[in-house]
Amino acid sequence: MKNFFRTLSLITLVFIFQFNCNAAEKVEYLKTDWSFKGLFGKFDRSALQRGYQVYTEVCSSCHSMKYLSYRNLAEKGGPEFTEAQAKAIAASFEVTDGPNSDGDMFTRPGKLSDKFVMPYENVKAAQAANGGAYPPDMSVLVKARGGGVDYIYSLLQGYVDPPQGIVLDDGVHYNKFMYGNKIKMANQLSDGLIEYGDGTNATVEQMSKDVTTFLMWAAEPHLETRHQMGFKAIIYLIILTILVYFSMKKIWSRIETEV
Amino acid sequence: MSDNAYTPKSKFGKWFNDRLPLLSLANHLTDYPTPKNLNYWWTFGGILTFCLITQIVTGLVLAMHYIAHADMAFDSVEHIMRDVNYGWLIRYIHANGASMFFLAVYIHIFRSLFYGSYKAPREIIWIIGIIIYLLMMAAAFMGYVLPWGQMSFWGATVITNLFSAIPLVGEGIVTWLWGGYSVDNPTLTRFFTLHYLIPFLILGLVVLHIWALHVPGNNNPVGIDIKKPSKDTVPFHPYIVIKDGFALLMFMIVFAFFVFYTPNILGHADNYIEADPLVTPAHIVPEWYLLPFYAILRSVPDKLLGVVAMLSAIFILAALPWLDTSKIRSAVFRPLYRQFYWILVADVLILGYVGAMPAEGLYLLIARIATAYYFLHFLIVLPVLGYKEKTLPIPLSITEPVLGGSPNLVAARNKESFNK
Repeated sequence: MKNFFRTLSLITLVFIFQFNCNAAEKVEYLKTDWSFKGLFGKFDRSALQRGYQVYTEVCSSCHSMKYLSYRNLAEKGGPEFTEAQAKAIAASFEVTDGPNSDGDMFTRPGKLSDKFVMPYENVKAAQAANGGAYPPDMSVLVKARGGGVDYIYSLLQGYVDPPQGIVLDDGVHYNKFMYGNKIKMANQLSDGLIEYGDGTNATVEQMSKDVTTFLMWAAEPHLETRHQMGFKAIIYLIILTILVYFSMKKIWSRIETEV
Repeated sequence: MSDNAYTPKSKFGKWFNDRLPLLSLANHLTDYPTPKNLNYWWTFGGILTFCLITQIVTGLVLAMHYIAHADMAFDSVEHIMRDVNYGWLIRYIHANGASMFFLAVYIHIFRSLFYGSYKAPREIIWIIGIIIYLLMMAAAFMGYVLPWGQMSFWGATVITNLFSAIPLVGEGIVTWLWGGYSVDNPTLTRFFTLHYLIPFLILGLVVLHIWALHVPGNNNPVGIDIKKPSKDTVPFHPYIVIKDGFALLMFMIVFAFFVFYTPNILGHADNYIEADPLVTPAHIVPEWYLLPFYAILRSVPDKLLGVVAMLSAIFILAALPWLDTSKIRSAVFRPLYRQFYWILVADVLILGYVGAMPAEGLYLLIARIATAYYFLHFLIVLPVLGYKEKTLPIPLSITEPVLGGSPNLVAARNKESFNK
């Protein structure tokens, strides 16, 4: 059995090594403490609420979030706005509905069941308004980028003057964390850009962290449930494994061989 | 099932069993004499059965919510992740389950290679196993296409394009596979249908695999033929059932860790970007379990020969029972083979590693050497080794090394150090 585990752990090590290598072209991203990492990781509610504020006031004029509904804002494990707050948020948006009985489209205030209103009619309109670059939908953005939250967090703070000798086209910006360093999105955040409802000082770092937390939740709305359930499931499995191990020892003791 | 004269106790049982011998089958499965020295590498057969069932059950639920349409597939997966009750759990089990399935199957195959389980009289079990493995790769590949992300789309494009290497009819075959002139909606719907079908084909083959196993019985770490039932065997139930169960639980802990804590680590981030035929990802990489073959494919400069090399790398395994000329099954008694075995393991891991790297410079050179060695191992080393190798004396029965104190001390010591 000893030999078995030695070989197995060796294989596991190689296995893990391979995956680390898969994430090639590593850049040193800025680090911060994420409350949602780790076995018991949970979202910081107020960070999520502030992050939503950053999203609506800054990002949402270009970036859609088509998989989210306003009801999600009040759901457990998310920003957990009260239902009244979420309703008010939804009602502050104009939603196109219809056709009505006359065959006409009409607008009405948003409801909890509505999806987040999109900033542009379609991808082409978004491209036309942004110099040909489509601002990606942000619903699963964190999961769609190799560096995940660290990457987004760094990117938002990665705008620096280009090094000497690098010529940028019109509408192209330099970002030290962007793949290839050239990005069509201009720097959006500056200290004190928005005024947080809870009085937190809106530094670039603070806003980057909050909005990234919000994006993580948007991509993985069930993350908290997953962590809680995972812990229970693994504890259950470990206890059962121990019990089965002793039953096995007992059963095999009937014959003169070692398991 | 003719090896026991089982008669049910109850009258109804006897009546039923005379017409359909299900009870005899159940009795055969519980009493099935199994070598008592099977180590933990032998538990992966049961683990694989668990993996298959898990994939079928979770896949069934996913299919209830998934929409196989190029415009809706990606959305429907997000719908499963967000709005279906525990949809995220089912999808993560299914996605990580595929990786776990391959992890287990590779251990199972390499166990076979170490202990010579493919040798007479078990060639048919082995060949059925290779067919299952091939079908698994097909199912996994098509399953990866279904979420219709960037890697799905471009992976499908790259792999199906391989068929265009076939002279004369290649292009026609590719068009036929796609159902059009590019990977599009018809490709997605047919991949979905086949992805749903293949697991049941695998299930049928698993039954044959086990049936073929139950004719000669299990091989064992010592690799000798044993009389059954005898002092060397234990009934399958409860001895092997509890041991398999214990190993399965340990496997499930690892599985659960992936599902609950790092569910996306084995996938590629690009697959969370919806498929876009106009944007090619920087690196198109298949899932980790296909990487060694991908490395072989890319190490050959010619496209057709590359495809041939890749397919040969799999099909050569089917010829293994005849390529390995040694009469001795277990590597425990084959000191030279044992070393070549570990070189092969390292070789395959290296192939997997370079498969994930860009095919250029040093990586390409390593891939070429590793590919050459892979074929060298099967075509030259194994046949020659059978004649040249000086093998260790094998024990007369399992009980001999197990109980120690045998006259065959070398064998006993070897067994001690290599089995446990």
